[in-house]
Amino acid sequence: MIKNYTDVAPIIKYIRSIIIFNYAIFYKTLRMFCVSSNKLRQKRSYLITGGKMRVYLDNNATTIVDPHVFEVMEPFFCQKYGNPNSLHQFASDTHKPLKEAMQKIYAGIGASNEDSVAITSCATESNNWVLKSIYFEYILTGRKNHIIVSEVEHPSIMATAKFLETKGCKVTYLPINSEGIVEAHTVRDFITDKTALVSIMWVNNETGAIFPIEEIGAICATKGVLFHTDSVQAIGKVPVNVKEANVDYLTMSAHKFHGPKGVGALFMKKDQELTPLLHGGSHMGGLRSGTLNVSGIVGMGKAMEAAIDALDFEMSEIKELRDRLEDAILEIEDTFVVTPRAKRTPNTILVSFRGIEGEAMLWDLNRAGIAASTGSACASEDLESNPIMEAIGAEADLAHTAIRFSLSRYTTSEEIDYTIDIVKEAVKRLRSISSSYAYAPTGHNDGPNTNH
Amino acid sequence: MGIDSLIGGTIWDEYSQKVCEIMNNPKNMGEITEEQVASMGAKLIVADFGAESCGDAVRLYWAVDPKNDMIIDAKFKSFGCGTAIASSDTMAELCKGKTVDEAVKITNIDVEKAMRDTPDVPAVPPQKMHCSVMAYDVIKKAASQYKGVDIASFEHEIIVCECARISLSTLREVIRLNDLTTVEQVTDYTKAGAFCKSCIRPGGHEAKDIYLVDLIAEYEKEKMASVADAASAGNIDFAKMTIVQRLKAVEKVIDDNIRQMLIMDGGNVEILDIKENGANFDIYIRYLGACSGCASSSTSTLFAMESILKDKLDENIRVIPL
Repeated sequence: MIKNYTDVAPIIKYIRSIIIFNYAIFYKTLRMFCVSSNKLRQKRSYLITGGKMRVYLDNNATTIVDPHVFEVMEPFFCQKYGNPNSLHQFASDTHKPLKEAMQKIYAGIGASNEDSVAITSCATESNNWVLKSIYFEYILTGRKNHIIVSEVEHPSIMATAKFLETKGCKVTYLPINSEGIVEAHTVRDFITDKTALVSIMWVNNETGAIFPIEEIGAICATKGVLFHTDSVQAIGKVPVNVKEANVDYLTMSAHKFHGPKGVGALFMKKDQELTPLLHGGSHMGGLRSGTLNVSGIVGMGKAMEAAIDALDFEMSEIKELRDRLEDAILEIEDTFVVTPRAKRTPNTILVSFRGIEGEAMLWDLNRAGIAASTGSACASEDLESNPIMEAIGAEADLAHTAIRFSLSRYTTSEEIDYTIDIVKEAVKRLRSISSSYAYAPTGHNDGPNTNH
Repeated sequence: MGIDSLIGGTIWDEYSQKVCEIMNNPKNMGEITEEQVASMGAKLIVADFGAESCGDAVRLYWAVDPKNDMIIDAKFKSFGCGTAIASSDTMAELCKGKTVDEAVKITNIDVEKAMRDTPDVPAVPPQKMHCSVMAYDVIKKAASQYKGVDIASFEHEIIVCECARISLSTLREVIRLNDLTTVEQVTDYTKAGAFCKSCIRPGGHEAKDIYLVDLIAEYEKEKMASVADAASAGNIDFAKMTIVQRLKAVEKVIDDNIRQMLIMDGGNVEILDIKENGANFDIYIRYLGACSGCASSSTSTLFAMESILKDKLDENIRVIPL
């Protein structure tokens, strides 16, 4: 039995020493990410993986936590662990850091102090909150009967919209054009006097396509319809400003911009606060109950600040790396990339390699230590084709050939060089196995396409 | 659900070592050309199965000795994921040294078992079982081409769940014997639907001719018909039936006794609702076609209908035309 602090003190000290030690290695390793010398690169690779190069190009799924973010979070685990809602000093210790973190989050999206940004557990919660509360307030009461979303929203919008359909809500799924983009005029075309909400993502997670959010915001404002945007893939990659875009609700997720997992947020414009999804002890001003995730909020604040600071870097240097990777991939024959570069976030490529099934490509990349994705990570376990490929009207043959590479500010030039080499090797090997590149004897006119 | 279902992303962790090794280095990957078979004195067979648009396609090459039908060499090309490539390679390996007749007996389960590291642990997770099914199908295709016969001649039974190779007749029998009413029960009893789940209902990885939900519905309908039969024969108390059973029973009595006559006169009748009204059962109907203006529809036809329903089902039935 632990009776008092002196009993646990050595244990805590020990745990802390491990944390600090690991952190030191972690931080050292990361610093080397930013140094481009071959010698250091080898050393870094050795440090990270014991000899094998590892390249993380799945940053639209999640990102590495910025070591500075990790640093500011750490005290809230074993030292300042008070519940902010208590009255004593342990609670007070958390108030200033929380306030500052909230200010950084507000500043990051251009929110006013009169607006509300409720911290949630993830973007999925934020998205569910908007749709379900709109249902409670407008649809269930019979004031309205309709919401509009795009056909390429994240599953947390899609599945929620489908669920609301079973409860009698009418849902319009707006199409994307051949560039993978929702056109603003389609929003205007489908709004009726019974439309309660328009919810369109700022940036698509698979293609990186940037949707015309300011135009859509203006249309919704004119028509007097509430407008929500899921900006999970936009923050830190393109400028996000809730006023300029006229949004009423905006979803964020910390782990997509080098913050911790398990923290999201929902911006609600002044006087548009939603009915709570989580009722309880009136935390977050009663908007969202549940003991505050102190370390998470502090981490999200720091991550937001860093993401805004790094925005120019992302839009210039990272874009350059991405473009170099993309150019090299497009040199390989029978490849094509979805959405023109200028209409995409600086970090994303969704590319189709004809004749190579996506999961087989991931397999070969993974063998060489490279992490990529066949689309949204949430969906990569189900074996369906990529819905984007279908939606942009790509040939049916290509439905299962899409691979997504997504970079971050931690991606290095060496990693891109290495990736280019490995992609070329993998394409060569897998096309040598592929039946679409197979020989067929004369007169054999059955089965896979042999025009290549 | 349960602890094993809660954390996703484990597909690759569940591949056997053999699957990984074959994927990294498939030995039978490649082609057999006309020149090669000519030098062996063999016949070249090239068979395709699947389509890239479905995510899986395989081409199988066989060099077959025409003297004894022996498959001297087998190679494949494949568009598919790691397990599809590994299954195709294993399938080609299993074909070698067999006669065409022997090869046709290789099933997807043989292919999967050949890729296991240990006999009791599956080589691939359930949702990847369908990859080995294609390996099985392409063999039949190759054999049918070699023999110049229809591919259907190798399939003596209709297979509903290809992953677990459960036939239509087995499923029908098990469902009836055990009075199964849900897909989950069918899966527990037969393993059908436990793997890639395409056979459960439309919308899965592959389109099917018949799904488990259809078989459940078919049995449900049969049961309903037998209830209706029993009811119209006076074996079940109308008052104790469920609403659906009552509707079915009424439909059955009208089908058997009335509807044919109405149709002959260019009319018909539709049952709208059955409501309990005190001790009475009020059956609301609507006349269709010629009946809907006919004078006798509110007199003799109505009387005939009511009396036959009273006679067959319950004394307290009243028929009310709307």
